[in-house]
Amino acid sequence: MSTIRSLANAMIRGFLRDRQALFFTILFPLIFLFLFGGIFSDPSQSKSDLTLIGKVPLVDELPPQARSVFDDLFKVHRTRDRADAIRKVRDGTVDGALEQRGNTVILHFSRADPVEAASVQGTLSSFVDQANVHASGTKPVFSFAAKQVEDEALSGIQYVAPGLLGWAIATSATFGSALTLVTWRQSELLRRLRLAPVSGTAIVLARVIVSILIALAQTVLFVVLSVVVFDLKLTGNWYLSVPLIIAGTLTFMAIGLFCGAVAKTSEGASGLANLLVLPMAFLSGSFIPLDVAPAWIRTVSLVFPLRYLNDGMLDVMVRGKGPGAIVVPMLVMIGFAAVVGGLSGRFIRWDKA
Amino acid sequence: MIEVKDLVKSYGELRAVDGITFSVESGEFFGILGPNGAGKTTTLEMIEGLREPDAGEVRLLGAPPWPRDIDLCRRIGVQLQSSAFFEKLTAREQLRTFADLYGSPHSRVDELLDEVGLADKGDESTDDLSGGQKQRLSIACTLVNDPEVVFLDEPTAALDPQARRNLWDLLGRLNDRGRTVVLTTHSMEEAEALCDRVAIVDRGKLLAIDSPTNLVRELDAPVRIALVRGSVTEDRARSVVGVESVQVDGDSIVLVTRDPAPVLTELARLDALEGLQVRGGTLEDVFLNLTGREYRA
Repeated sequence: MSTIRSLANAMIRGFLRDRQALFFTILFPLIFLFLFGGIFSDPSQSKSDLTLIGKVPLVDELPPQARSVFDDLFKVHRTRDRADAIRKVRDGTVDGALEQRGNTVILHFSRADPVEAASVQGTLSSFVDQANVHASGTKPVFSFAAKQVEDEALSGIQYVAPGLLGWAIATSATFGSALTLVTWRQSELLRRLRLAPVSGTAIVLARVIVSILIALAQTVLFVVLSVVVFDLKLTGNWYLSVPLIIAGTLTFMAIGLFCGAVAKTSEGASGLANLLVLPMAFLSGSFIPLDVAPAWIRTVSLVFPLRYLNDGMLDVMVRGKGPGAIVVPMLVMIGFAAVVGGLSGRFIRWDKA
Repeated sequence: MIEVKDLVKSYGELRAVDGITFSVESGEFFGILGPNGAGKTTTLEMIEGLREPDAGEVRLLGAPPWPRDIDLCRRIGVQLQSSAFFEKLTAREQLRTFADLYGSPHSRVDELLDEVGLADKGDESTDDLSGGQKQRLSIACTLVNDPEVVFLDEPTAALDPQARRNLWDLLGRLNDRGRTVVLTTHSMEEAEALCDRVAIVDRGKLLAIDSPTNLVRELDAPVRIALVRGSVTEDRARSVVGVESVQVDGDSIVLVTRDPAPVLTELARLDALEGLQVRGGTLEDVFLNLTGREYRA
């Protein structure tokens, strides 16, 4: 036990003092998070800018509930200068300017951004319609309720964070075990340990513990930043991602073991690890949502363990699914780890040459 | 302590070790000497238990080292050719980690740093140590468990001459307290300076085994007395009693004899001692005699 602890201790110190390893396992995925988080930022978050010219009773006299919906949709500016307001619409500073003459509400808009213009028009006309119904004194016959279906339309950070985290964990677990194996073999540390009262199991367990700790640290950093900066909304069962992350770490450590067993140098091992993990990340939906991928990619992705890690994490972190959702991913990943790890174990050499 | 009998190891066609037999006594400083590729390291690794012999027998501290025997591991200390350190740790942390692996107390760590002359380098990263300092630390790591036998595989091979001589002091102290040391080297000088007994190996075979002094003595090699050319004429030199032959070699004149005392006395009487150099037989002469080849490391 103390053997495992001191080996793990040595590995962690080595990791924390290795700037390159820290950059690639911790910082690099975070850079991707900021990049992708920015690109895919949730469109429902952005409000349209709307200038009200003078008094607009339609808006001013909205009942409180309707007013709060209105404020969610529009960022309201006020001015008395009609010409200035219209000029701002023309140069695109605001999306529309609204004035009311008697019972006519006039929207000034520009064709420069047709999508935005259409959305502003549509939204405003629905407010006018509602006001009309209200003014007529009759009860509305139909009512309209919109509900977002997260399953089909996960967008923005909700999709990006779990997928990128899956890739980050896969990368650090693969490199962790591959490079430990290769560099320890090259420096003859493995042979040295073979002549010390240390079992091979103790070395493997120490590395597993260290890799899991690193993966959990990555997760905490990733999730906290996603929540704070990008407004990621975790669902109640997010803690189920912990067993998934552990199983994923084991799986990718097995892949790293394979790279380390096959490669002779650390350059060779990193190259091979990248060659395996990077395409897998693309095809498993870490960078691009699989919903928009061609059907064949979705089919091919089913052979990659990362697909199961990503799916499982999406299910429990943002789709709100329960423990049942992690059963298949866990089984697939642990099975993969056992088979690949077992096979690679047969090829491992203690000494170079 | 160590018994090696008819040891054989082949790599494909090459018989790296071809029937070697010797034994090492307790407390001895034993050297395995030979040129590169002679089979020294392979022999050592079979004794340590890193390689399985194709044939023959090894007993280390009374037990066979192959297959791996954890109890044996606790009683030996091994320094491999590479430094075999954990990455990015300081010297003290390396020693602590190794101490933990052997269940040795941490109090031993600072003692060892002091013993190998690295007391002020304890907090330096291993990567920043010089070649000689790395070897010292590596030797300290082999001593954490206070082993009965220490194996050193070419500890000075990668060092410059100055660092090599500095390390000899440390190596020479290793068996002060009755510890057995087995060292491989391709340096004749090193073997003469450190070893109680030397096994000379070449091409996988054991050529000779004895103390360096005995090996040289049995060689019965003549002594070569070199003087500055012109300090004595060739004819005069040849006429000195005891001189077997005279060679003129560049700026020196060399008198070859098996009885140097009267020759030197006579030269002193002639006041012809300018630039005097006396060279007796060395292990290099032994190697030349045994193989018919110049010794080249």
